Order: sequence, then C-alpha cells, then structure tokens
Amino acid sequence: MRVGVVTFPGSLDDRDAARAVRIAGGEAVALWHADADLHGVDAVVLPGGFSYGDYLRCGAIARFAPVMGELVKAAQGGLPVLGICNGFQILCESHLLPGALVRNDSLHFVCRDQRLRIESTSTAWTSSYEVGQEIVVPLKNGEGGYVADEATLDRLEGEGRVVARYLELNPNGSRRDIAGIANERGNVVGLMPHPEHAVEPLTGPTTDGLGFFTSILKGLVEA
Amino acid sequence: MSTAPRKSRDTVDDAIAHPEREQPYAELGLKANEYERIKEILGRRPTSGELAMYSVMWSEHCSYKSSKVHLRQFGDKKPETDKLLVGIGENAGVVDIGQGWAVTFKVESHNHPSYVEPYQGAATGIGGIVRDIISMGARPVAVMDPLRFGAADHPDTRRVLPGVVAGIGGYGNCLGLPNIGGEVVFDPCYQGNPLVNALCLGTLRHEDIHLASAKGVGNLVVLYGAKTGGDGIGGASILASETFEDGGPAKRPAVQVGDPFMEKLLIECTLEVLHAGLVEGIQDLGAAGISCATSELASNGDGGMHVVLDKVPLRDHTLTPEEILMSESQERMAAVVTPANIDAFLDVCRKWDVDAAIIGEVTGTGRLVIEWQGEVIVDVPPRTVAHDGPVYERPIERPDWQDALIADAPSSLKRPASAEEVRATVLQLVGSPNLASKTWVTSQYDRYVLGNTVLAQPEDAGVVRVDEGSGLGVAISTDCNGRFAKLDPYNGAKLALAEAYRNVAATGAEPLAVTNCLNFGSPEDPAVMWQFSEAVRGLADGCLELGTPVTGGNVSFYNQTGDVAIHPTPVVGVLGVIDDVEKRTAMALGREGDVVLVLGETRDEFAGSEWAHVVHGHLGGIPPEVDLAAERWLAQVLVAGSRSGLLSAAHDVSDAGIAQALVEMSLRGGVGATVTVPDGTDPFVLLLSESTARAVVTVSPSDVAALESLAGQHGVPVTRLGVVGAPGADLVVENVYGGTASWTLDELRATADATLPALFG
Repeated sequence: MRVGVVTFPGSLDDRDAARAVRIAGGEAVALWHADADLHGVDAVVLPGGFSYGDYLRCGAIARFAPVMGELVKAAQGGLPVLGICNGFQILCESHLLPGALVRNDSLHFVCRDQRLRIESTSTAWTSSYEVGQEIVVPLKNGEGGYVADEATLDRLEGEGRVVARYLELNPNGSRRDIAGIANERGNVVGLMPHPEHAVEPLTGPTTDGLGFFTSILKGLVEA
Repeated sequence: MSTAPRKSRDTVDDAIAHPEREQPYAELGLKANEYERIKEILGRRPTSGELAMYSVMWSEHCSYKSSKVHLRQFGDKKPETDKLLVGIGENAGVVDIGQGWAVTFKVESHNHPSYVEPYQGAATGIGGIVRDIISMGARPVAVMDPLRFGAADHPDTRRVLPGVVAGIGGYGNCLGLPNIGGEVVFDPCYQGNPLVNALCLGTLRHEDIHLASAKGVGNLVVLYGAKTGGDGIGGASILASETFEDGGPAKRPAVQVGDPFMEKLLIECTLEVLHAGLVEGIQDLGAAGISCATSELASNGDGGMHVVLDKVPLRDHTLTPEEILMSESQERMAAVVTPANIDAFLDVCRKWDVDAAIIGEVTGTGRLVIEWQGEVIVDVPPRTVAHDGPVYERPIERPDWQDALIADAPSSLKRPASAEEVRATVLQLVGSPNLASKTWVTSQYDRYVLGNTVLAQPEDAGVVRVDEGSGLGVAISTDCNGRFAKLDPYNGAKLALAEAYRNVAATGAEPLAVTNCLNFGSPEDPAVMWQFSEAVRGLADGCLELGTPVTGGNVSFYNQTGDVAIHPTPVVGVLGVIDDVEKRTAMALGREGDVVLVLGETRDEFAGSEWAHVVHGHLGGIPPEVDLAAERWLAQVLVAGSRSGLLSAAHDVSDAGIAQALVEMSLRGGVGATVTVPDGTDPFVLLLSESTARAVVTVSPSDVAALESLAGQHGVPVTRLGVVGAPGADLVVENVYGGTASWTLDELRATADATLPALFG
C-alpha cells in the first residue's frame, strides 16, 4: 500500500506522517508540491506545518500548488486524503471540506495532549476505531478554531461527518468542539490534532493515533 | 523616494587623498585607540565602509575583546577527550556520540534585542543559533530557551515575557524544531536586562562536518537566502555592546525582523547543497552580516576575496554600501562554491525558492577587496577584521560589598517549626513564580515535531532520539542559579555546571560536553570583570574535573542598567549521550509500592536558596558546597541504574530541595508518595536544603538491595524515604516535628498551575 505524503515549502510534520505510515505497515511515498503527479499512490496525507509560512491565510497559497490540482481531482474521484492541521486548512481552502480554521480563541499557539472522542468510523481514516472511543493525541496549532455557518454545522452533524470532537477542554474555540470532519463520501478527512505524533510509546503520549493509518491500510487491502 | 543605490562617499582613493576627513568612529562604538590601531593596520585612515566593518567586527559582541584572555582557559584546561571532533572557535563545537553520529550544540544570547522588541528579539535569537548549527553541516533537531526576567509581577515583565515566548514559539514552531526544555527564572536583577538565551542542537554524520573557510582561488562566493534590508544595522555594535541608559533614544530600528519560513527553506536548501557535496566553505550571516561572513571566510581560507557589493540582492535600494556591509538582515548564508558546482548549487536554491547571487570570488591576494559601482571601497587584510581585533586585560577588582554579602548568612532566618508550617512553606514555594508550572510558556512551543522527542520539559533534561534504528540519543540541559553566582562567582559557575550535569545524568545519559552562555554586566566595571573572571575560572576548572570539555559558547556583556549589573549568570549547557533512548529514566512517580530513596548527602545549606529568596527575600552567605567528585559518582549510579533498568524514576534535587522534587515527581505521575523523615534528621533541612549531588529515585521493593549495592560501590549515600502511593494518592511526609504534613495532588496542581496564567493571562 503506497501512501503519499506531500511536502510543501514550510511543511514540518511530513517526516512524522511518513513514519506513521511505515509503522502502520504501509509504504510512504514523498510527493513534492511542484510536481503535478501523485505517482499512483493509493492515499495521500497532507501533513502539518506552515506551508508558505502561512503568511496570507493558512493553506491559502498551498491550494494553488501544482500537486493540488491532481489531488483535488483524485479526491473527488474517491482517493483517500487525510489533512492534518495545516493539511486540514489546505483541504478547507481547496473546498474539499466545508468551513474554515481561524485563530485560536486564546490567541496563543497551543501544544497539549488532547483527549478526543471518535464520532464517526465510517470514513476511510477511522474504521479502526469504535464510535465513542476516547483517544489522546497531541494537538498543536495557532489557528485551529473550526468555524462554519450553523446550517453547515447542522448538516455535518446530521450526516455523521463530524469525525472527532474535543473532550474535557476545547483548546481553540472550535464550533461544537469539532476536531475533525469528513466529506460526504468519507474519503477526505481533515483533522486538527496530530495522530502521527501518537504512534510510538517512546515519543508520543499514547499510540492512539495509529488507528488513522491502520484504517486506511485496512481499507485499501479490503478494497 | 529614489530607487537608485546611493553612491559611496568614500573610496579607498578618497581615503588616501583626504586623510584629514573626520570619521564618526565613536558613534560606531570604537574607542580612540581602536581607531588609531585601524589606521596603523591600513597605513591610512579607513574608508567609511572599512570603518563600518571594523566597528562591528571589533565590537564586544563579535570580537570577545574583553573576554578572550579569560576564555583561553577553556582550551588550556581542556580535559583529555577523544569525543571532540571540532573544538572552540568554529560556529559550534562538534561532539562524537558514537555509531558514526556527531552532534553540535550551542547557546547564544539575544538579550538586548529582546528587551527592545521582545517578539522579534527572541525570534531572531532562535534564527541565529539555528544558522550556526546548519553552517556546521548539521540538521537542527531541537531548541531550548534559558530565559530570565525581572520580577514576575512587575508591569514591564508583562510586556517582555509574553512577547519573548510568542517570538520563540512563532519562529521555532514555524521551523519545525521541537522545543524540549530550558528555564524560566524571575528575579528583580533582570528587570531592565532580561536574558533571552537560545540553544540549538544539531545532528550529523561524521563525514558531513563543514567548516567556515574560503579555499581555492577562483571559487565563487554565493550569498543566498533573504534579501538584504535596513534591519539590524549596527545591531551588534550599538545594541549588544552598550549599556542601556534610562531616557536614551529609542533603539528599535537596530533590532532585526525574522522570517521563519525563509529560515526553514534555508535549512532544507543548505543541507541539500552540503550533502550533495556542492560546498567548499559555508558561513551564516548573523551579527555584522556581510562584514563578518566575508572577513571570516577569507581569513579562515586562502586569505583573499574579491566582492562586488552591487551584486547583493537588496530589499531596500536606498541602502548605502556601508549599510549593506553592516546590515543584520536575517535568514542569509554565504557559501564558497567551485565554478564546476555553481550551476548545481543554484539549481538547489531554485528548487527551494531561495534567492542566490554570486557576489565575489576567492583570490590569492591576501586582501579582502570590496567594490561598489566600480570603485574599491574596502581593501583590508581580512584577518585584521575577523580575528586580530583588540584584546583587553580589563581591570579586575573584587567588589567591596562581597564580604558583607557573604557574611550575611541565612542562619538567623526564621524556619518553619511545625508540620503545619512546613506544609504552608512548601505550598508557598510550589506556587512561587520560579517553581510554579511553566506550562503557560511551554504549551506555546511545539515539542512533538520531528517525532524524536523522548523527554521534554518539565523533565530534568530534554532527550531526543538521534538514530531510529539503534535508539541512540542525546540529552541536554541548561542551568544556572544566578543567586549562587552572585554569592560566589567561581563556585556559582561550578554549581551551574554541576546541576546541568546532574540533570543529564538523571535521564540516564552519560554527560559528554559543555557549552555556555555567560551573561554579565559591563566589562568596564572592575567588579563585573572580577565576577566574570571568577566564573570562567570556575567553569574551566569544573569541566576539567568532570571530564567534560567546553565546545563553544557565547559571552553577553553590558547586561546592566546604569551602575546596576544583573547577577552574574553563567548559563551552562551539558550534553549527554544515551545508547538506547528506550532505557531513559523519567521523573514521574509510577508504580504503587515502589520505594522512594534519596541519593547523596543533605547538609544544612540555605544561602541563595529558593526558600530564602521566596520566604525571606534574602540573599547572602556562602552557597552550597560544590563536590564534583560526588557529582561524578552520583551520575555513574544514575546512568548505570538507568541502563540496567533498576530505576523506575529519577529526579535531580536542586531548587527548594527534596520537597520540590517530590512535588514535581508526584504531579508528573499523578500519584503521591508517603515518606518519613528519618529520626534524628531535621525535617526542614531534609526537605528544603539545596545541597548538591543529590537525586530522588524510585525502585521496586525487590531492587532496593541492588540499588544500595550499586550506590555503595560508588560511595554514594542512600537514604530510604518512603513508598509511592496508589494512583491519585496524596503526598505525605511523616515525622515532621511530631506531626504529618500532607498535600493533595489537586491542591499542589492548582497551586503550581495558577501562578503564571494569573500573571500573564
């Protein structure tokens, strides 16, 4: 199973995402922002970081990268895509996911071990979990507040597209404690916390994040 | 506004033709005798461009002119070691950690800029130290920040601290470097002179070491990275080398502005050209910008360089050539590249969207010649700029107040005398700004990125994995107690070394090498110079005794406002190696029933202690005794105990003694312990003394004998204190003046967590 990890200028967690793919048993394939080619990968991770310095608006420049044209087409065709943090922001800017991510309500960057509840397991990236399962993974963002209009939020809830929700503490002011969402088809998932930092007992608070990566590999094998 | 570059008003020909022209050397920070020396070197007056170069390169910040004669001791007293691959004098020292791996690490100060403009000052401090590390061919893998501020409740601290923290986070997070530790210390002595030190750690394979030198006549000098602007002009000379006076003019324009995104590209671009073998020599541009990079590269190489300054990409086309030479615009590097490799080099720059310009070439003339609009504006022997600056033997005098300070021992201070008073005192300390939880600060830093952080704050040392296959890793800690150094600068430096050394060993890593950031007042004050000379002597002696060589460091003078200097603050960073990071020891109390023991001897030592500071506002007496042999034995027990899996937790004992160590271990683990003060031991002394060479450890009950045997082999005293409780259990100390002192974890956590948010929002 080949899972692409895109590196934009300013991507930071690309090595971590690739490591998580490997630990889950897949082959990580490095994809370059300027290369309009997905090299036949079976799924793609858009990793965290500050693409293009996030100087305009998080993800706003990255969505115009050559690789994104191919990615958007493929995602619309059903290719599994996981956007983590900056990747989530890029997916929203690309209109693969609704809503937007805004400055944390605390106005501070926040890095913490965050408790989440998995709300949906019917996406390509969460099938290894149980609905209602609680996990702890690192969260680190300055602009992680998920916002959308009430109708969109209602639709996301109604269609079971809220993938994960913050528990105990809402770290960034996200509406309805939303930590991650999926598109209608469930192949595209955006997540503000960082499951790729919770895949080894040595370096993560838990190994709870591994499920995102095993989900996709399991799904690909079964497909 | 004109967009045409301004002509230089002063060429070498002008300097020869008009020797009488008055020059503003004093405004540029040069003394009259230094100006005369430049004229002597050149055989004429300098041009304005040359004057600019000499003034920045001969500033205290760049030339170490007041400290050089003392710093030699780090070389003279260097312990025998085969671990040092690159020693002092390069951008950063390089240490062999085995398996073909090496690490490079260094601390630098950005104190003055951070006071003027906290966010950018702190941000560019990270930027500068990171470029030092990549210049050595290493990939930066972690940063940490020793920070010192004025009183926590002073209004100006509320201006400086949040800006500094946001700047460190804003820059470091965007670079993708985990921030794994550091210090946050408050003391009124830092009110007008906060200390913002930044440490960066890099890893490399032995074969990838690169040095800053321009060799090979005909090779090209490439400037790449950000365009040059007007920021930070004279920052080195004006900001770092002068004392702030109240009511002086605003100095904000001399602070640089950082662009972490460009720095991230610069890291990736630089490592790619280095690993592809496309670079002959490399140098970062920091203080003194192009002046420093060209003169140092030329001086370390074949000795000659010809630079066409018009080729420097500019952000501001109104800059004069003198300003271009002095600009401290961030995120720039200079590389020496052969003509055969230049196309490949420029291709890599293009791949990373990094601007690059060929600004000159290496020559065999022995001169650094810089031309501007076809005229020669600089023609100097590069060594005289980069290395042969003035060296001062500053007057040294032990301050007349030192004896009175030492005589004012803490023995007469009122001590708690009941279990209830001990309980209240410990709570007061737990919530005091220096001991309170630093989560408000560290939660603004990314500690996870790169996925190799094994331990990060509030652990004793940061531990990062270097090799994912073998588990080889390094631990690093920075420490200094400025109060100890004020009472006794010689032993204060040794105490800082001892604490950092112990912190590294507490994680199970074997201490290997030392870096430092020596923060002091004005070298023109003989009392400060005495503190400095004593501290350097202490650190050099201490490193020799511990067998840990100094690999490099940084001196920051002029940390004083008016006549009042900061406490002498020799921040010491110790690096250790751990063969397998899986075996590291963390500080959290864990398994119920594990036995809590203290290693080392507790004496009645309260001078300069956190207790005297917080409870009595007292500073006086003789600081805790330094026993580096005991530190060494303790470290051997901690490392052996970690390797063999004997220790289930370990934590260094320092500020506020065993009480604070137990509180931190309990909060980290979410479980308290029940300990008993041994009969015949004074509970207050046991709990709050700051005697050195101690650690609190836990082992399973069946391993107590093994630990006692291990400690016995090394001559380390062991005292059994008690046992770890059930999850959520209180921290309980029995036999305290006939009573019991206990704290619930909730009250400890609430007390520790409340302080910084209440102060800083």
